[in-house]
Amino acid sequence: MDNGQACTNGLSSTACDVSAVPGEEIAAICKAFGNDKHRMLDILRTVQDRYHCISPSTMDRVATETGLSRIQVEGVASFYSFLSLSPKGRITIRLCDDIVDRYAGLAEVTAAFEQVLGIRVGETSPDRAFSLEYTPCIGMCDQAPAAMINDVVLTRLTADTARAAAEALKAGLTPEHLVSERFSDLTPHERANRMVDNNVRHAGEVLLGPVPEDAGLNKAAAMMPAQIVTAIEDSGLRGCGGAGFTTGRKWRFAAGERAERRFILCNADEGEPGTFKDRVLLSERPHLLIEGMTIAARAVGASEGILYLRGEYVYLRELVEQVLEERRRRGLLGKDILGVRGFDFDIRLQLGAGAYICGEEGALISSCEGLPGEPKTRPPFPVNRGYLGHPTVVNNVETFCHAARILDRGAGWFHAMGTEGSHGTKLFSICGDCLNPGIYELPYGHSVREILEMAGGQDAAAVQVGGPSGAMIARDSFHRKLTFDDLATGGAIIVFNGERNILEIVEYYMSFFVHESCGYCTPCRVGNVFLQKAIGKFRKGLANPEDIEYLKELSGTIIETSRCGLGMTSPNPILTTLKNFPLVYSALTKPNKDGIRDTFDIQSAIDGARKIAKRRSYIFDRDFTQ
Amino acid sequence: MSELPKARIATASLAGCFGCHMAILDIDERLIELMQLVDVDRSPLTDKKRFTTRCDIGIIEGGCCNEENVHVLYDFRRNCDVLIALGQCAIMGGLPAMRNAIMHSDAPLRECLEEAYITGKYIRNTTHNVPNDPALPLLLDEVYPCSEVVEIDYQIPGCAPSGDIIFDTLAKLLTGKFRGFEREMIKFD
Repeated sequence: MDNGQACTNGLSSTACDVSAVPGEEIAAICKAFGNDKHRMLDILRTVQDRYHCISPSTMDRVATETGLSRIQVEGVASFYSFLSLSPKGRITIRLCDDIVDRYAGLAEVTAAFEQVLGIRVGETSPDRAFSLEYTPCIGMCDQAPAAMINDVVLTRLTADTARAAAEALKAGLTPEHLVSERFSDLTPHERANRMVDNNVRHAGEVLLGPVPEDAGLNKAAAMMPAQIVTAIEDSGLRGCGGAGFTTGRKWRFAAGERAERRFILCNADEGEPGTFKDRVLLSERPHLLIEGMTIAARAVGASEGILYLRGEYVYLRELVEQVLEERRRRGLLGKDILGVRGFDFDIRLQLGAGAYICGEEGALISSCEGLPGEPKTRPPFPVNRGYLGHPTVVNNVETFCHAARILDRGAGWFHAMGTEGSHGTKLFSICGDCLNPGIYELPYGHSVREILEMAGGQDAAAVQVGGPSGAMIARDSFHRKLTFDDLATGGAIIVFNGERNILEIVEYYMSFFVHESCGYCTPCRVGNVFLQKAIGKFRKGLANPEDIEYLKELSGTIIETSRCGLGMTSPNPILTTLKNFPLVYSALTKPNKDGIRDTFDIQSAIDGARKIAKRRSYIFDRDFTQ
Repeated sequence: MSELPKARIATASLAGCFGCHMAILDIDERLIELMQLVDVDRSPLTDKKRFTTRCDIGIIEGGCCNEENVHVLYDFRRNCDVLIALGQCAIMGGLPAMRNAIMHSDAPLRECLEEAYITGKYIRNTTHNVPNDPALPLLLDEVYPCSEVVEIDYQIPGCAPSGDIIFDTLAKLLTGKFRGFEREMIKFD
């Protein structure tokens, strides 16, 4: 047994009891997942939850049990931000560090936690009781500032409630106790609703209005698979995760592939900052989602499905598990669904572990396969060779829900809503500087201004449509319409009023992409760092007019040469603000008169050497010659 | 018979190996042709240590690894109309910039010096000290390409650039005909 070599985070090796985890316990965890290397993420999540650390000896044992090499296990363990190679506290507090949370008072909340717990963000307390961290958007922007405390979510924090929560935890109460004293008596649904408000502000006809139970599935069971695909095609349904690929075509491709096994994957890795519609669907319409996946399974001939739930939504795990269990009991999942011979389908829940990139379908498949969440080379496309090489349909939560409703009410009904090319309704998650943040289900085709009026965001000066990978628009574009052809969005609409600093927002979004780049390809891994630095230059007032050209050129290179959607969209905060807020940039640039770069600071560059040599500079410190 | 006033050129080698200056000599007998167009002011080639007059073109070899490099580069920027970065070290930092790769260290510069003078496996240094003569310029925290310290007008790539590309570029710049490099000139494989 290795004696705590993992303990490098300023803790003495004696304080680290992680390495004392008996190998048999690790072996038992692996066995619970069938020693299956494809369940690596589940294995490591369980280890992390139980021992708050994945130590070198643990990784060795996991590698032995699953037949992998140590480095393959470490590759996974070091990839996901919720897994940790150094010991973490028994309670990990993750404060949501989104720009919306920052504007909603994150600094005061952070200060309260730091003060009560006696540690700074990024630290673990010496007694290993608490770790305090920042994490990107956890999908609670309509009730910011928010935090995850182990598996519990707290929302609408203030300095006072944060201090009270920290004190309660310090006094030994469990995170669950912060939600309710009778937490264990509550149903999963009640627990979720106690923690998080769904804030449904406008229910539309398709998803959030009255929905008859399993009406779509009953009809689908009586139809031929090809008829289901045709119905979805005729409805004009397009993917609701952001990219907008035609759902029917995707299903047709997967159904047309010769294969023994096929898979239906639901993408509930809703990581785009400002997006929280899938969270609301998962708690308001979980049956509709599973119904949609089951219909998809019948349409393409799949008998296995995976619901990939982002790690930040772990508070919904029980709720989803309960729904799956109930549907199995009622014969809506499992063998011969609804009594139809050969209609077999079941779903397993795969929990993520804090990686934005896993919302990209290739990365999501990698993650389900127990690999680091890196995108795959395309082609082959997932519909041809996806999960474990089998044809796989990956759709967003909302897309599956729409599919179920289309089967019930008919393609024509759905097709008649919205605009040409953008049919049906869409869930918009609106947050930021507006009176009524929350979920709005509306047909496609509303203008940004109409939506702002509904949400009480009339004094908006800038609106980020589609999250950071979308577009930041100014008042002169508020007439534009929310459709695939004009302003496409996966649902996020973030409102900023005139007091917000556009470049602060842009810099935050670039730091988000720097953090979330998987690092596989250089243009994205390095290029985004350069973009972030360049924006920092603007904010410090050190930029020259040529730097605007540099931003455009570098952005173009990153978009052109990146491997997946992350790099192809990460320069968007810069490009769209350059286009829509040109004065912000030009006001901060000044021409360089003498050709000397203001960004190079000789004093800070020689400071280290001055200390090593223990003398002043004879060139740049002339007044202090010694 | 009226003669055009000759252009004035200055050169300097900063954190480089002097290879780019040797490459300037690779112009061979075309040097004679070039000398009819230019006078060389401050340069290791003339051994002039200071600018005697403002120059039209300054040619810089090497990036900036110490304070003296920065000082010289500032001097060139202030005294030259056009500044050319010659070779990879001037353009990107080059080989000396390998020390920028000492990351994940609280004191990368100290680590670099200690390995170079004290702890390195093949070091024969009986004093066991890092040299610290007052005449030695202080090192910078990192090696910087010239373009991060001052504005650079043109870059001639290569390690070292060929005599041909140096001559061709200078000749075209002096006659106002420079329009970028021919592809063949910057194709290295």
